Amino acid sequence: MASYDAILSNRFSIDEAWTLPVAERHGAYRVARKALTAMTPDQIKEEVKAANIRGRGGAGFPAGIKWGFLPKDAETTYLVINADEGEPGTFKDRQIMEKDPHRLVEGCIATMWAIGAHVTYIYVRCELVKSIRRLESAIAEARKKGYLGRRPFGKDYPLEIHVHPGAGAYICGEETALLNSLEGKRGEPRLKPPFPAIKGAFGQPTIVNNVETIASVPDILERGGKAWSDITLLPESFRDGGTRLYGISGHVKTPGVFEAPVGITLRELIYDFGGGMLHDDRPLKGVIPGGSSTPVLHPDHKVNAPKADDPMHPWHGKSHLDVPMGVDTMRSIGTMLGTCCAIVMDTSVNMAEAARNLMKFYHHESCGQCTPCREGSGWLVDVLDQIGKGSATRADVDLLVDISNNMMGNTICALADGTAMPMLAFIRKYPQDFYDAVESGMGENTRLDDAVRATLFAEAAE
Amino acid sequence: MTFSLSQEMEAVVDELIARYPTKMAACIPVLHLCQEQRGWVSPEVIDFVAGRLEMSSSQVKGVVTFYTMYHQHEVAPNVIWVCRTLSCDLRGAKTIQEHLERRLGCHVGGTSRDGKVTLLKAECLAACGNAPMVQLNDEFHEHLDVAKVDALLDELGVAPLPAELRLQPPAHEEEEE
Repeated sequence: MASYDAILSNRFSIDEAWTLPVAERHGAYRVARKALTAMTPDQIKEEVKAANIRGRGGAGFPAGIKWGFLPKDAETTYLVINADEGEPGTFKDRQIMEKDPHRLVEGCIATMWAIGAHVTYIYVRCELVKSIRRLESAIAEARKKGYLGRRPFGKDYPLEIHVHPGAGAYICGEETALLNSLEGKRGEPRLKPPFPAIKGAFGQPTIVNNVETIASVPDILERGGKAWSDITLLPESFRDGGTRLYGISGHVKTPGVFEAPVGITLRELIYDFGGGMLHDDRPLKGVIPGGSSTPVLHPDHKVNAPKADDPMHPWHGKSHLDVPMGVDTMRSIGTMLGTCCAIVMDTSVNMAEAARNLMKFYHHESCGQCTPCREGSGWLVDVLDQIGKGSATRADVDLLVDISNNMMGNTICALADGTAMPMLAFIRKYPQDFYDAVESGMGENTRLDDAVRATLFAEAAE
Repeated sequence: MTFSLSQEMEAVVDELIARYPTKMAACIPVLHLCQEQRGWVSPEVIDFVAGRLEMSSSQVKGVVTFYTMYHQHEVAPNVIWVCRTLSCDLRGAKTIQEHLERRLGCHVGGTSRDGKVTLLKAECLAACGNAPMVQLNDEFHEHLDVAKVDALLDELGVAPLPAELRLQPPAHEEEEE
């Protein structure tokens, strides 16, 4: 197994790294001091652009370019950190906030200086109580030490960070819904344009970035953008740089969060980091690469890129598991990198049941603004329930496809696409699971926890 | 019966309002504070927040009904959220929920026989690597199995379940033994 340097996660294993003295002893705030006292905003922006950091929240938009969308003459600019981590299967940002909150605070300081903001709001789901407490105490420590406040590091540039709790809504991870929620409204997404960089929080230009993206900024500035970018295992032409956190959950021996360069393969993630399949006699059936909205991948499916000038040609004929994980490489094989947190399913899983689980989630989380999403997600659940009862026909599987196709691209935000894409992938890649369910239903016997059920009673049985 | 916050909480509200350019932006955190004190978001709480933040009651109600973490009905002193999204379900969340339901004597959405615990279903709580998990009040409890759930409920003083009512391990495993 290849070993990689812990860069972003280098303080995760240190005792009490969430306190300022310990974090500072291990390098925290060196970069923030340098950024504020010795770098111009443009220099910082150039380094972040050179770092080729693709947004870590799921969409993979280059952060450096996003920062460039801000109007030059804005009076007030806000930085908003999206810490509404709630995509099923995703649990990486929580690690940063709980284990090393000062890295995020430091990233906010450097970023605010770079984009001309004085205030950051960190929007955290209120369920993550520990993350909120750790962040609030880290901010208080930094303020007391003079790293935030009126004259951070002695510079006449006031900086403040506030933690804003959510109240339980997946949709608030969508940036414009998050902004509405921050303003005290229902978390309903806004029409774009205008994009947040032009008109965001409280009507002012706003940069919304994911926790991991901003937590990477100190490392980028410390090493230099180009050097940080070169950590990636992907060819330079993909412009997808750096190191990132990978998560893995489901049927593997050692689920968890691991750091590795951009561009390791799913096979490496599952069999090296994840310790392999949970049961040796139950092989891999499918893997959702980056949070539940990303279409599932079948291990037997191969990359098809016969033309030599295709950027995916080097992996032509190889399994989808052997494609390096990058924003564009994953898109090329019909899925998305998303949050880079994979959900692994073994042969005990009925994919129709897995799809039903996720569709129930999306139906519950649809904000209800747009009819295709509100009604479509509920309709998908209804049809899947019919299939589950054994009272459906094969035509109902086609109906699932039809509903999904009519949801995509017809709504204000991407939640409908995030519902329809995985639904379609489940049907396209595992049609037999759906047809079998049509024949015999899914019923009580189809349990997603079949693979582990006996072990849950281990102690009771003794 | 009108609702009002304690004096210390009022000071926190002032501090919260000062964080934002608009008063309304404090709505979500202020509602959290009120729920902490009252136990749930009653109609009186909604009127109070509306008055305090210069919003209309219907605006505040709209916010309350949008988000899942505001209780719109009275709940027990303890709330257990059981995560049933895919990663947890793959690792046994359904079994955990079934066991909780038996032991508490209520379905998801209900309150236990003894009135000590309200059981609710959660969507992904970002603990997928440590599945299955539940959130008990403010705390996450991860890597659960039936025995750990029992220990958790014992601590809350929930009565044990007679042996004949206990959830049984899957039958096919017994055959193997």
